[in-house]
Amino acid sequence: MYAKLTRILIAAFSIVVFSAPTVFAQDTSQQESLSPTQAWIQGIENPNLGYRSWIHGIVPPESISIEKQTGIDATINAATAPVAEFIGKVVFFKIPFFGTDLPVVVLWLVIGAVFFTVYMGFINLRGFKHAIELVRGDYADPKSKGEVSHFQALATAVSGTVGIGNIGGVAVAVTVGGAGATFWLIVAGFLGMSTKFVECTLGVKYRNEFDDGHVSGGPMYYLRQGFAERNMEGFGKFMGSFYAIGIFIGALGIGNMFQSNQAYVQLNNVSGGALDGLGWLVGLIMAAVVFIVIIGGIKSIARVTEKIVPFMAVFYCVFAIIVILMNANTIPQAIANIFSGAFTGEGVTGGALGAMIIGFQRAVFSNEAGIGSASIAHSAVRTNEPVTEGIVSLLEPFIDTIVICTITALVIGTAQVADPNFAGDAVGVAMTSAAFEREFTWFPIPLAFAAVLFAFSTMVSWSYYGLKGWTYLFGEGVNGQNIYKLLFCAFVALGCVVQLGPILDISDALVFLICVPNILGLYFLAPVVKREMDSYFARIQSGEIKKFK
Amino acid sequence: MSQKILVALDGSAGGKRALEAAAKHAMLTDSELILSYIIDWTPYSFHTPEELEERHQRRESEIQRANESVLEPEARALKDSGLSIQTVVRHGKIADALVDVANEFGVSQIFLGRLGESRLHSMVFGSVTSALLQNSKVPVTVVP
Repeated sequence: MYAKLTRILIAAFSIVVFSAPTVFAQDTSQQESLSPTQAWIQGIENPNLGYRSWIHGIVPPESISIEKQTGIDATINAATAPVAEFIGKVVFFKIPFFGTDLPVVVLWLVIGAVFFTVYMGFINLRGFKHAIELVRGDYADPKSKGEVSHFQALATAVSGTVGIGNIGGVAVAVTVGGAGATFWLIVAGFLGMSTKFVECTLGVKYRNEFDDGHVSGGPMYYLRQGFAERNMEGFGKFMGSFYAIGIFIGALGIGNMFQSNQAYVQLNNVSGGALDGLGWLVGLIMAAVVFIVIIGGIKSIARVTEKIVPFMAVFYCVFAIIVILMNANTIPQAIANIFSGAFTGEGVTGGALGAMIIGFQRAVFSNEAGIGSASIAHSAVRTNEPVTEGIVSLLEPFIDTIVICTITALVIGTAQVADPNFAGDAVGVAMTSAAFEREFTWFPIPLAFAAVLFAFSTMVSWSYYGLKGWTYLFGEGVNGQNIYKLLFCAFVALGCVVQLGPILDISDALVFLICVPNILGLYFLAPVVKREMDSYFARIQSGEIKKFK
Repeated sequence: MSQKILVALDGSAGGKRALEAAAKHAMLTDSELILSYIIDWTPYSFHTPEELEERHQRRESEIQRANESVLEPEARALKDSGLSIQTVVRHGKIADALVDVANEFGVSQIFLGRLGESRLHSMVFGSVTSALLQNSKVPVTVVP
């Protein structure tokens, strides 16, 4: 039975990966009816930036448009563009679906999330209360005080995912998918909780403990070991290495150049263009700060940002709620729009299905469920019960997608009801910023500040994810790790100076490509997780695992 | 049965004075001394992923340092007194952890040195001493 399932899954995987390039030629046939903004966002007019605007919800201002390129970056771009375009088209390969385009990778992630939700018996609902109890420390053994707490693991993982996408990406989703996209965003966030549960439980269960007591874990480790346990050692090794390469390259792009670039853009915008042409300076400063943190071991700077990021997230949510309440009379209409749009999708490309796909897509890109990054962060936690880390990680898509993204959507939604044209031509972060600006004219400044900090904390988190990919491939040697870290810092500086669009596209695509082996591994290992989960809950029920508070 | 006295040490002069006073008291009452070192720690702080990974090793070394540089030398110095001595290292909020240790060992008294926290510090973060006074179930002696 299992062997059969295995073969079917491998066949399905091969079909997706290998058939994509031959079919993607159909891709461009569908898109005549889009407005220029929509077309731009979907990356038709500007394919080099298109995938990125989708993933991160960022619409880069003129200052970084690709026409300006001269010198080295132009050469590199010219050389890498065809590769980027190819990989991008394969990974974000879209199938026409009732008059709209559905990227297969999103379908793959959503099907996985639905399967894990059902297979784990709605762990995203059942485990929610227990997750809060764990984070509160109700089950924390006093003897293990001083070890990483569940709260700390959660906070670290959340600051890796909460970012500019929560602010700008939602705006793009609402522009393209209409208010109804918000509904599907919430649904996808809810389903994503189950995927996170499975991947984080496995991360802890199959992590590698070294003699000196430090641990390395994440999808590359559970893919290798999990498949080896099923007598598919070679396949497991291939998948593990593939994942490690993907997360390593992704860490230099999505988790690095893109972040430093956006931080620079935000700073430049808010200072009214005073930093034009000073990208090299901003880049060097940011690289220096990252250098101090990840190589210099001066953790206090990181600790400060790690403290400010949750604070900024709370600050953002509080002000968002205030803005929503200031438009209280428009709330019922805004909520009605979300529900009616979800099922009718009036005025949206592809109707309700279009809204659904866009909402799903935004959620998947935002909370990283299925990509496996959080699994790496959670693996560092010492616990005898891998399931507890999985349950705590349920809260990440909840916080990231269901709370923060939804609040952003409501800010925009209420503003739209009050004044359908409030943002003018602005999209992405600028649109969200405009919605806030209607009530608080000074808001763009703290918003830009928050964006810079989000970018920084994302860089710190991803430097670690990339490092784990690197050490998986090249071993745990200190010199090797330092080479990686230097490389990482160099890319921080580069991100502000050169516009390596195609390289970023490759990185973005790879980050989403690694969800293919990851989810495949999750299917195979889901029975292991289910066993652990059932045993864990049985022991809670029987009182074998006790509350300490 | 002999009573137990908990002494809060932190490597400071105040802690040493508290220990002197507690030792005198223990000799008079034939009590056992519990020397404790609490490492200030909260489960609600924010860290980078790398710090999470190093946390276990760091915790071990913190405990080792507390034992080697504070608790063991103090216990050795009191060896000749004939007092029976136990040592304990814990992580946590200092006042709460002391109360927990006191409960766990069933002590009848707690001795600690005055920490000399500034007024501003206490205003912002609350004073460890007064938090302990409020929460302790046994008498607390603060040694100036």
